[in-house]
Amino acid sequence: MRNLLPIFTVVGLIVAVWYAAVAPMNIRSALDQLERSDHAVVPAGALERREVSVWYLLVNNPNQIAVTYDLERSRLPTPTQIGYELWKSTGEMLLRGKAMSKRSLLYHGWVTLQSTLWGFFLGTTVGVMGAIFIVYSRIVELSLMPWAIISQTIPIVALAPMIIVLSSQIGIESRGLPKAMISAYLCFFPVLVGLTKGLRSPALSQMDLLKTYNASSVQVFFKLRLPASVPFLFTSLKVGIAAALVGTIVGELPTGAISGLGARILIGDQFGNPLAIWAALFAAAIIAGILVTFLDLLQRFTLHQMGMRV
Amino acid sequence: MIILLLVWITGGLLNLWLARPLWHKKRIVHLIIPIIFGTMVMISWELLVKEFNVSPVILPAPTTIAQTFIESTDILIADFTQTVLKGALSGFFIGAIVAIGTAVIVDRWLFLQRGLLPIGNFVAALPIVGIAPILVNWFGFDWQSKAAVVVVMVFFPILVNSFQGLRATNSIQRDLMFTYAAGYLQTLLKLRLPAAMPFIFNGLKIATTLALIGAIVSEYFGSPTRGMGFRISTGVGALTIDLVWAEIVVAAFSGSVFFGIMVLIERKVTFWHPSQRQ
Repeated sequence: MRNLLPIFTVVGLIVAVWYAAVAPMNIRSALDQLERSDHAVVPAGALERREVSVWYLLVNNPNQIAVTYDLERSRLPTPTQIGYELWKSTGEMLLRGKAMSKRSLLYHGWVTLQSTLWGFFLGTTVGVMGAIFIVYSRIVELSLMPWAIISQTIPIVALAPMIIVLSSQIGIESRGLPKAMISAYLCFFPVLVGLTKGLRSPALSQMDLLKTYNASSVQVFFKLRLPASVPFLFTSLKVGIAAALVGTIVGELPTGAISGLGARILIGDQFGNPLAIWAALFAAAIIAGILVTFLDLLQRFTLHQMGMRV
Repeated sequence: MIILLLVWITGGLLNLWLARPLWHKKRIVHLIIPIIFGTMVMISWELLVKEFNVSPVILPAPTTIAQTFIESTDILIADFTQTVLKGALSGFFIGAIVAIGTAVIVDRWLFLQRGLLPIGNFVAALPIVGIAPILVNWFGFDWQSKAAVVVVMVFFPILVNSFQGLRATNSIQRDLMFTYAAGYLQTLLKLRLPAAMPFIFNGLKIATTLALIGAIVSEYFGSPTRGMGFRISTGVGALTIDLVWAEIVVAAFSGSVFFGIMVLIERKVTFWHPSQRQ
């Protein structure tokens, strides 16, 4: 809690810089717009204005600066505008009973969240299986681990359009599965590495103790290795779910998807509507925050129940 | 199918034989085993595509991809220059320098650092790629906008890791510098920055992949008529899938080499660290 004041200070600083940046970013388009509606601007003419710097424009048009904070299609919208857009496309829709309409971010967020959770589930399963195989088999470790590392240096976005084309040609119509595969691809690696580390974390003396108890390897796994790996597992799950969300949004971006937050970003770009892009970005940030916080609380609860110190 | 089965049996047996405890320490074995495994996967891909007559529009065989790769080297080189050298690398360097610089400056104020660290951790987990269309709109279609996306993407992971690294010295070490009458700058250059290097390189290694992802994704939102992201998105539409796969090979290769170079530099810089001892 002692971090709250510093956090709010830094957030305040960022917001202040943001507001300060809005005027120079938007002044050109604001003046163009004003001139078209017959207001006097200095210097007149779009070509003349292109020759001078934004600071010159700001100094010479002090009365028009207020307009830059209220543009409909600005290069940099203010946080207030984004907040209002977010509210319009979530809360207001909900109040009007249209939470699942195609224009509601709740609907698009839900689509993205579903894919993210499927991808997370898939990736975690692959990661957990892989980690168990790697801990128990040297040959699997030697043949798989280098490829797992290389797989993460491959930019998945290069593969994303391919995965979607492939799965649609094989006959999978829904867009959910390919997106989930992409997010699973990004998500499995942190789980694999974290859990491998965790399963190997028991000390030699602890392993020896179980040997003196004549414990079978299944017993060693469930009574020592698995409990010891839980803190590692939760840390990598938090990284994994953030990666899964990135994967889903990347999967929605280049592929002409029509629903999901990534698709909102794409559509906002194609229709020249920056507010829609920003609102979708903030919605994605909120989802990421909720997911990571949820796993964090789950981690605290689980470790507390297991008698470990958090 | 019989050949396929044969390949897996011989490859598996070969790997089992190589993984014997006898050769535990041999480094060459650690290299050969994954290569054998990879070759097995490649041969099965080739055989399966040939066996089931998969249309090259859906999934080309590795040999077809290799052929396209050789035939269109000039296109691939142009795309590589545009995306990797101009977009990803310049963005990576700017982002890394700015992030490490910010960490060093903010590090002097504990208050700011306590605020920036949780925020940086949070932002590092966000899908920042989504900012690509906005930055392409701001900085135009050429590589400058791609570099800008890469700067934003690599900034936070490197910042957070640098922060952690700058705190990695313990009080005994700092006291020693104090007894030497070392000033702030000397302590920074001789003790804290070197001690931070393993952490910083951790961030840099994460950032290599992010840099390539950022550079490729932002090309989906507008680029000159070259670049790996441009070629992939148009190639999928134009059904020149073999060229797309060739681009993927280039992307995978440059990603791995980029990462490998970082590992090599890390070995040279942090040779003293326990994880680097042979």
